Amino acid sequence: MSEAVSQKRNTRTGSSEGFDEVLVDVRDLKMYFPVTEGVFVPRVVAQVKAVDGVSFQVFRGETLGVVGESGCGKTTTGRCILQLEKPTAGEIIFYGDDITKYDSKQMIDVRKKIQVIFQDPYSSLNPRMKVGEIIAEPMKVHNIITDEAERQKRVRYLLNVCGLASAFADRYPHEMSGGQRQRVGIARALAMDPEFIICDEAVSALDVSIQAQVINLLEDLRDEFDLTYLFISHDLSVVRHICHRVAVMYLGNLVELADGDELFENPLHPYTRLLLNAVPIPDPDIEKGRAHEIIKGEIPSPINPPPGCVFHPRCPMAVDNCKKQIPQLREVKPGHWVACTEV
Amino acid sequence: MALLEIKDLQTQFFTSAGTVKAVDGVSYTVEEGETVAVVGESGSGKSVTAMSIMRLIPWPPGKIVGGSINFDGKDLLALTDDEMRSIRGRDIGMIFQEPMTSLNPVLTIGMQLTEPMIAHLGMSEEAAMEKAKKLLGMVGISEPDRRLAQYPHHLSGGMRQRVVIAMALACDPKLIIADEPTTALDVTIQAQILELMKDLTRELGVAMIIITHNLGVVARYADRVNVMYAGRIIESGNASDIYHRPRHPYTLALLKSVPRMDRQREAKLDPVDGQPPDLTKLDGGCSFRPRCRFAQDHCAKSFPALEDIGGGHTSACFEKDNLDKEVKDVVG
Ligand SMILES: Nc1ncnc2c1ncn2[C@@H]1O[C@H](COP(=O)(O)OP(=O)(O)OP(=O)(O)O)[C@@H](O)[C@H]1O
Ligand SMILES: Nc1ncnc2c1ncn2[C@@H]1O[C@H](COP(=O)(O)OP(=O)(O)O)[C@@H](O)[C@H]1O
Ligand code: SF4
Ligand code: SF4
Ligand SMILES: [Mg+2]
Ligand SMILES: [Mg+2]
Repeated sequence: MSEAVSQKRNTRTGSSEGFDEVLVDVRDLKMYFPVTEGVFVPRVVAQVKAVDGVSFQVFRGETLGVVGESGCGKTTTGRCILQLEKPTAGEIIFYGDDITKYDSKQMIDVRKKIQVIFQDPYSSLNPRMKVGEIIAEPMKVHNIITDEAERQKRVRYLLNVCGLASAFADRYPHEMSGGQRQRVGIARALAMDPEFIICDEAVSALDVSIQAQVINLLEDLRDEFDLTYLFISHDLSVVRHICHRVAVMYLGNLVELADGDELFENPLHPYTRLLLNAVPIPDPDIEKGRAHEIIKGEIPSPINPPPGCVFHPRCPMAVDNCKKQIPQLREVKPGHWVACTEV
Repeated sequence: MALLEIKDLQTQFFTSAGTVKAVDGVSYTVEEGETVAVVGESGSGKSVTAMSIMRLIPWPPGKIVGGSINFDGKDLLALTDDEMRSIRGRDIGMIFQEPMTSLNPVLTIGMQLTEPMIAHLGMSEEAAMEKAKKLLGMVGISEPDRRLAQYPHHLSGGMRQRVVIAMALACDPKLIIADEPTTALDVTIQAQILELMKDLTRELGVAMIIITHNLGVVARYADRVNVMYAGRIIESGNASDIYHRPRHPYTLALLKSVPRMDRQREAKLDPVDGQPPDLTKLDGGCSFRPRCRFAQDHCAKSFPALEDIGGGHTSACFEKDNLDKEVKDVVG
């Protein structure tokens, strides 16, 4: 990669300038999970609307953040893109094709290009396998490198790229710290030479300084291997730091989408504003001068989402119409999308 | 006199891997009505310090091996178990990260809230129920009558933590120890809970020790801050000094590791390399030495004492007067 591009990336997160090739196009994605009753003859009594009509594009080379409270549908969106869930409706276009229509054989090639890094490296790494085997396994399964010695060489290379000494290949996951295990998870994701990595709370379980080390690693890898990230996180400070664009989800809906700097400096959706206001800033003088507007109540159940705008029961700006009309995502400024009729 | 005065506290765990010096000479005070934060990374000894104050260190393998804890004129380490039980849950309330640590899944909210009032304060069941209703209202739970008859599993995580706060407040404590009270919650619920705790402690004049690894939470809610590393307090002072005039390399490193939501990103984060030390293998020198950018030869010879640098700001670092340039880099 040219010097100019990597320089731009290092200093210009917060802006989508220069990204124009669509890599993944998610169109009106819906994922409803059935709620069943009855042990012997289960019948569907309701639907959990985990994702309820979400559309966005991911540009090659960018890091797109997905934020929102627990249960808003971030992970489910990621799992649908990975085809770990069969979406109820919608399309996921990757290289011009709708991969929701692919059979498992067609998916094999897609799987190599789209990888995932999870929050809890412990539960996602097989405890009975040595680290070297864990990283080598996908290469073996997909016949990427058939020669054992070559594969071991690549394992050592990947470990080193992720800041671990080659000797870690012989350790078991439980013999490592959380930060080291997360590096193993990253090395495994890189083994297939992917183009697109879904990071689902990838640094959320880590302590401050270890978290910063892993954030820096993810940024270095993005630049070195020309990766595109979907960065799912509930930590808005981390998202501001690492992402070019940010999508805000609430109760299965995408409510706002904009360049990072624009979203954090000029949030338009009432929910985004309250969400940002809730995040404490590590500076006591700034905190003293901040008006703390606390969002009331809790997120309603996705089984029975409120009619109209799903945010209306908690929205300080709600008007009567909000209970009836479902707000559509619209572009209010170039690149700044909001789903609120009152903006 | 301070409400709580901890002096040279040492708590150790005697494990097969060796002696874990989890708390290794910690001293601090909490004045009446004040909110004091304890920050530091996982394993630095924050929780063990708190459990030591409550005398809840499990033996075996753990034991308080030295120091003193003075609370409200009493030497807690000299009390009998019975005397200590009557302080826990009455004079000192507790809030933990996971609300189910404090809640019994098979008892109603009402039983759990009234039990300590009946036991500690000798209240009648009716009076305790009345007060329980009031407490639920105070912590922002609607329809208290209905909630009192419910079980913990009927409530969301945020509501459970509100119930735990109500329990902590039930017997009019002088001090509340909150160990990562909002770490498991969403930011919006975190803000609700912390705002509630701030309002209630101010209104009722209750002192609070808030233990957290979140530097933002500390900046928003604490009067004073103790920074812990490897079982010791390595810097303490008022929040403004700690964030704007840090005088310990570890505090500096922490501040350089947190991404900021309120600023455009300018540079990469600049965290310290490596990991915290193994607490069974501490030598006589400064425990931050292997990761410290300012380390000198003399840092290996003895452990730097916590020294006053004025205005109640203390630092345990031999080089504390030589950090200027990097401090400017961080705080601008
Ligand atoms: N397999 C499933 N069956 C039924 N409901 C599910 C299933 N998976 C997810 N859900 C529900 O879908 C909603 C969205 O879940 P999801 O895991 O996507 O949330 P999230 O935004 O990732 O939350 P978190 O921040 O807690 O990880 C939640 O209400 C969840 O309980
Ligand atoms: N029951 C125990 N047995 C052995 N070691 C323990 C026990 N409880 C805590 N420790 C050790 O004491 C140290 C401090 O732990 P803790 O106070 O829980 O850290 P934190 O700052 O994350 O709250 C750690 O090294 C931890 O492993
Ligand atoms: S549409 Fe109405 S309820 Fe929804 S966010 Fe906008 S103002 Fe609030
Ligand atoms: S005493 Fe020495 S090693 Fe310890 S923090 Fe200060 S400069 Fe670093
Ligand atoms: Mg999730
Ligand atoms: Mg702890």
